[in-house]
Amino acid sequence: MKTAEDIFTLLSEIPDPEIPVISIIELGVIRNIEIINDSTISLKITPTYSGCPAMKQIEDDVRKKLSENGFTTIDIKTIFSPPWTTDWITPAAKEKLRKYGIAPPENSTEDKSWLTGKDKNIACPRCKSLNTKLISQFGSTACKALYQCQDCQEPFDYFKCI
Amino acid sequence: MTTQEALFQYILRIGDTNLILGQRLSEWTGHGPFLEEDLALTNITLDITGAAKSFLEYAAKVEDKGRSEDDLAFLRNDRQFFNAQITELPNGDYARTIARQVLVDCFDYYFYQELSKSNDETLAGIAQKSLKEVTYHLRHTSAWLERFGDGTEESHNKVQLALNELWQYTNELFEMNEVDELLIKEGIAVDLNLVKTKWEKHISELVEKSTLTIPQNVFMQTGSRKGIHTEHLAFILAEMQALPRIYPDAKW
Repeated sequence: MKTAEDIFTLLSEIPDPEIPVISIIELGVIRNIEIINDSTISLKITPTYSGCPAMKQIEDDVRKKLSENGFTTIDIKTIFSPPWTTDWITPAAKEKLRKYGIAPPENSTEDKSWLTGKDKNIACPRCKSLNTKLISQFGSTACKALYQCQDCQEPFDYFKCI
Repeated sequence: MTTQEALFQYILRIGDTNLILGQRLSEWTGHGPFLEEDLALTNITLDITGAAKSFLEYAAKVEDKGRSEDDLAFLRNDRQFFNAQITELPNGDYARTIARQVLVDCFDYYFYQELSKSNDETLAGIAQKSLKEVTYHLRHTSAWLERFGDGTEESHNKVQLALNELWQYTNELFEMNEVDELLIKEGIAVDLNLVKTKWEKHISELVEKSTLTIPQNVFMQTGSRKGIHTEHLAFILAEMQALPRIYPDAKW
């Protein structure tokens, strides 16, 4: 029988539908895996954002991957608590985001800017300059804010902390 | 009224308020004042519509009569909706859309803070999730209110006019009935008087900072807790529900 670790490895092959450089495991949305037997599995997933359109895609991809690997009864439950936080994105995945051109989220315990209303300095993923400017709290997807580097002029997405 | 019936009504009220506001705001998608703001409001809309889905999904589960969240959204008539009337009002210009959004975001901000502590785990979970999102919304719309209020004479006048006309719909957000009474005893529902105190303080500080004034001695509208609405709701439903009603088997 497959172990939860096997399933994690298997699901690590599924890329995030909107940011394909990281996997859904690295994103931290798979919260619990319970293998009942060789053909039955139960999973808990949590949405990144309430309206994130990728969640349906992620669920479909998980179903497809598991059914290709012998599971016939796949129960996927969406849970809200504890709410997803960018802290669950692994350090390695954060580095992948940066290389991809998306400034990775700071640790939310350190970044209180979303509470205090003060903009913090986000490093440009291209030239690493801290001389960057917030253009909009809301970028190309719900999880990102739009910044521009004042040195290299590159506009870039910042994966905002929640 | 049983706890189950009260809980269903309660979740429906929260879900409907999000659903109708999300539907209304979605009219701006592709029509925002400039690209970044179009994206921002669309993202806010998406969060609100997502919250509506989570709440209505749970309402359907609590009701336990085989209805889905889609059935609840698309197959009820206007008198069966319990959204606050402020959410169904036409968007108007951008100043009016922002003024309404600030009033509702601020309500949601304090409401979800309280609901996060509910004895009902699912409601608390959705509230915790939504609170993170609403924090961003409120920050964004507050900045706009200040920009409009403290901007040009024209932007100031437009946003002040919006506040004057919207104010009559604010008291409804805090109305409580037998549903609240029953569920507060169970530790499930939020005491809206608590939310009101915090909301009033926050809004009056924000309005003052934006060089605007809160209208005084306003007649307060009421009705949504009983399913009574402005004439605008039926039109919004007609548009939103057309497809599932014409093609009941449609899947997407």
